[in-house]
Amino acid sequence: MASQSQQHVVENVLKQAELQEKRFKTTEVDKALDVDLDLGNLLAVDPNPLSLKEFKQNRESFLTSLTRDNTQLLFNEIWKLPVERSDDVIIAKMPEPTTILPREKHVPKDKPMTRWEQYSKVKGIQKRKKSRKVWDEEQKKWVPRWGYGSKNDESRDWMMEIPDNADPYEDQFAKKRKEKRERVAKNEFQRLRNVARAQRLKIPGHGVKPKALSNKPEVNMAIHAAKQSTASIGKFERKLPKEPITKQMGKRRKFDPLCGDIKKEHSRELAILDSMNRKKPKMDVTRAVNKEIQETQASQQADKGDRRKGKSGKKTKISKKALPKTTKRKKGGNSKKTRRH
Amino acid sequence: MRPLTEDETKLVFEKLSKYIGENIRLLIDRPDGAYCFRLHRERIYYVSQDIMKRAASVSRKQLVSMGTCFGKLTKSMKFHLNITALDFLAPYAKYKVWVKPGSEQSFLYGNHILKSGLGRITENAGRYQGVVIYSMSDIPLGFGVAAKSTQECRHADPMTIVVFHQVDIGQYLRNEDTLL
Repeated sequence: MASQSQQHVVENVLKQAELQEKRFKTTEVDKALDVDLDLGNLLAVDPNPLSLKEFKQNRESFLTSLTRDNTQLLFNEIWKLPVERSDDVIIAKMPEPTTILPREKHVPKDKPMTRWEQYSKVKGIQKRKKSRKVWDEEQKKWVPRWGYGSKNDESRDWMMEIPDNADPYEDQFAKKRKEKRERVAKNEFQRLRNVARAQRLKIPGHGVKPKALSNKPEVNMAIHAAKQSTASIGKFERKLPKEPITKQMGKRRKFDPLCGDIKKEHSRELAILDSMNRKKPKMDVTRAVNKEIQETQASQQADKGDRRKGKSGKKTKISKKALPKTTKRKKGGNSKKTRRH
Repeated sequence: MRPLTEDETKLVFEKLSKYIGENIRLLIDRPDGAYCFRLHRERIYYVSQDIMKRAASVSRKQLVSMGTCFGKLTKSMKFHLNITALDFLAPYAKYKVWVKPGSEQSFLYGNHILKSGLGRITENAGRYQGVVIYSMSDIPLGFGVAAKSTQECRHADPMTIVVFHQVDIGQYLRNEDTLL
């Protein structure tokens, strides 16, 4: 009896194991060619040819099973990796990815060199790293090399020595502040110049440069302007021995004489009028369209009136109150005759 | 006082031609004597040659006005017509609008003309055409710009604006000081 029940139990267990096996597919996958695995990227590439027949028969199920098999291979490989366990979570350490992915954005260009960088490269000047803090003998402590709290910090000077040969009434503090401001401005100017050079813009030189006077009339104009630019408009300017008398230069407004030839004036005005008319289009399209519409409407209305008359024999009265009366324009203006609809 | 330059003449004629069109010729070439346009203190005067010659002897500061003031040139070089020009625009006007007696007063107070106040209108007046405005008894009252073409006027709502007010004879009282 005992052996029989034991056998029963074994059978049961085997059956259950079989069922279990049926429910879950095996972790063993056979492939003709090895699947390329890149664990760092969690990537599996299957070089095996697809069986087209199966694919065509049932596409979805074929693809799912293929994907499962390959994924299984990938996970098999992952399980072979060194694994650690922390807080009930299993963590595998991935190796470096072997597949090289193309970068999304293109490689950044080199920053354009500043003028100093160019110069230092040519001269072979190396940049030396300086420490951020320096030892201050007076304070007996490390202070920043520059900026707030540094030795050169403006706010730390509560008294300044007047240097030898200096004006005793000169404000040394103001002088120092001004110098600092100028240094900052110079730096900013140089920075902007570097930016402009990098973008191939035209760089202005220092200060205002005189315009090159190319020809004689320009030189004459310049002399004239300079002589006129005094408080007395050049009245007391000294003259050279043989200097020509310069007339008033520059453009002056000129008008026709007040009581000139009136005939000439009229002909000029008429010419202007003609030239204005020439520019106008010959046909006003909107007006022509309006006219056409108006005419068709009038003819339609006349037709209607005739038909009604013919039918009823009565005179039909159309309310004209709503319509504005229009008059026909006559050439030459002052026409008092108007046509009423 | 001086004659107009070419640009100024063009400005004036362009504005005048909006109201009287080709009839500017009749203002220039007059059989009853020589008339001319003169500029004095940024105002354009239309004046007979006789009077102009006499006015030439008056100094610039003393000369207040001569002939008929047509309008003024603004500092941004635009020409504004004056009410005083109405005497010369009305007889030659190409497009006219007659106002009903009821809305005459409203127009003379400087309001636009509504469709309800429109008595008659010249045929084929286009939109934004310069028009001279008359009372029903054919007295010129001013001028303005057609807000609607004659065609559109027919079907317009009674409360829509038909003519934009520009100038009216009420300005003789309202703007007495700035009229010259």
